[in-house]
Amino acid sequence: MKVLTRRRVVAVLACMLLLLVAVCIFGLAAGPSALAPGQVLAVLQGEDAQTAAADIVLRVRLPRVVLAMLVGAALAVAGVLFQALLRNPLADPFVLGVSGGAALGAILVLSLGGTAGIGYSAVPPAAFAGSVVATLALYAIAGVRGSVSATNLLLTGVVFNAFASAAIVFLASLSGLTESANIFLWLIGSLSAARADVAGWVGLFLAGGLACALPLSRSLNLLTLGEESARQLGVDVERSRRVLLLATSLMVGAAVSAAGLIGFVGLIIPHLLRLLLGPDHRLLVPAAALGGAAFLVVCDTLARILLDGRELPVGAITALAGGPLFLYLLRRHHMRAFAA
Amino acid sequence: MTGSTPQPAALALHDIRVHLGGREILQGVTLELAAGEILALAGPNGSGKTTLLRVASGVIAADEGQVWVAGRECGSLSARERAREIAVVPQDAHIPFPFRAGEIVLMGRSPHLGPLGFESAADVEQARQAMARVGIEDLAERSILELSGGERQLVLVARALVQASRVLLLDEPTAHLDLRHRIEVLSLVRELAREGRSALVVSHDLSLAAQTCDRIALLREGSLQAIGAPAQVVTRANVLHTFGIDAQVLEGPDGVPLVIPRTGPATGVR
Repeated sequence: MKVLTRRRVVAVLACMLLLLVAVCIFGLAAGPSALAPGQVLAVLQGEDAQTAAADIVLRVRLPRVVLAMLVGAALAVAGVLFQALLRNPLADPFVLGVSGGAALGAILVLSLGGTAGIGYSAVPPAAFAGSVVATLALYAIAGVRGSVSATNLLLTGVVFNAFASAAIVFLASLSGLTESANIFLWLIGSLSAARADVAGWVGLFLAGGLACALPLSRSLNLLTLGEESARQLGVDVERSRRVLLLATSLMVGAAVSAAGLIGFVGLIIPHLLRLLLGPDHRLLVPAAALGGAAFLVVCDTLARILLDGRELPVGAITALAGGPLFLYLLRRHHMRAFAA
Repeated sequence: MTGSTPQPAALALHDIRVHLGGREILQGVTLELAAGEILALAGPNGSGKTTLLRVASGVIAADEGQVWVAGRECGSLSARERAREIAVVPQDAHIPFPFRAGEIVLMGRSPHLGPLGFESAADVEQARQAMARVGIEDLAERSILELSGGERQLVLVARALVQASRVLLLDEPTAHLDLRHRIEVLSLVRELAREGRSALVVSHDLSLAAQTCDRIALLREGSLQAIGAPAQVVTRANVLHTFGIDAQVLEGPDGVPLVIPRTGPATGVR
């Protein structure tokens, strides 16, 4: 009988780590002034410290690649957690409207902050608070007990997103933020306006979220069987739910405060990894962190180099890839529901 | 009721009352399950059988009354501790992700593992044996999403086996099974009882229950109508009173009652 072993987990994660490193070198090398991978490695090893290449790699590209990694990891893991909690492979922080709630929290602070003298460092906690509120509202409205109907969940998410977007635009217009803060980039999701000063927060939130989620990996397997079965197999369901609410909110808060509303990462990566590695969360959760990180670094690099001299918002790229996948999953979900 | 006897009941439900939506689903049910005993629970739809199982397994709390396992009050046990004492075979499980059948069976070891734990070789061996006992070794690598309802039910029986609990609660374990597997699963429960485990089996098939179980309890509108040996409980009067149908009760081999329902509703009793 094939069983997931610690050895397999370590082996798979080591491979994915190598992939992530390779992707990061690609991200550091590619751009308007393309560098060879060898140059990037040399700079990273502290050679050529005074050259223009060093300046580009370390000052321009490295912060952005690091941020893309953190945001991608956070979104993918949040997706895995929501899918297990809601027992639905269509769940994604963006689709569910939780990202929208986080963005609303962030914009609230940004638009009021100017007058109240609150700095940008208050944005991540505000985004965290926004995702907590949005998740609790989602649970309450969609009825999280038992198996949540996909229709309920998605409708709630759609309405949430529409409301959050409207409120964001409204708040931004009211406070004159529309010119300064690139509301468009918030709504579509981009790392181009990424502020290096939030990277610490984002990293901290991601670490906190992973510290909450990883010890619950096996419980997540049981939670996918349903609340009742999970309880009968020894899971403290209420406690797990609270800890996972904290984990998802930390991660969504981190991702949104750094990059706005990037959609579908939490859908694409878990789906792909489940196909490749199986659904066991003891492997899926850490693999989603590495896979999500690599995926967003690639997407963001493409966003920088696809159009000559101009940048695409990375959220446009993830949505272009994720939208069709989402529709495909939705269709399969319905076929299965009818077949059952 | 627990300290007075030298060996406490494997499972004891004491005066269980549950109200849901203004209705009293269970109206003070008391029953005990001795070590090595199989008790069948029968009754019409909506009589509270499943609710009683959910109370016994700790999924819902009773508004009044207590559940005891081997002399310990369940309210004082953690979910993990309770899962080591009581395993449940649900009617069916909707599982949204493509776990392999073997993985689902291994999940039965969860209450015995640490939070970060991976299953040991011994755990895997237990799962393999349980699957062999239920006769589904060949399903181990198949995705649970591809199995038929009956195969899934056997997987859930195997999962409950590896949980290695004192008490088994089975909710219509034979509902999706063909005749051969029905008999096999019930013989397996019989075997487990000989090993000292106890089972509470919700069943709609009175004849089958009478054949395999030591005692039968009849539940109607949330209270026990009768409890005792099959020959005493499965009578024409009890069947009429509990289910509202007129049935012929014959004496089968070894004095086991056989219930043959007549078609058409009964007229005498509401």
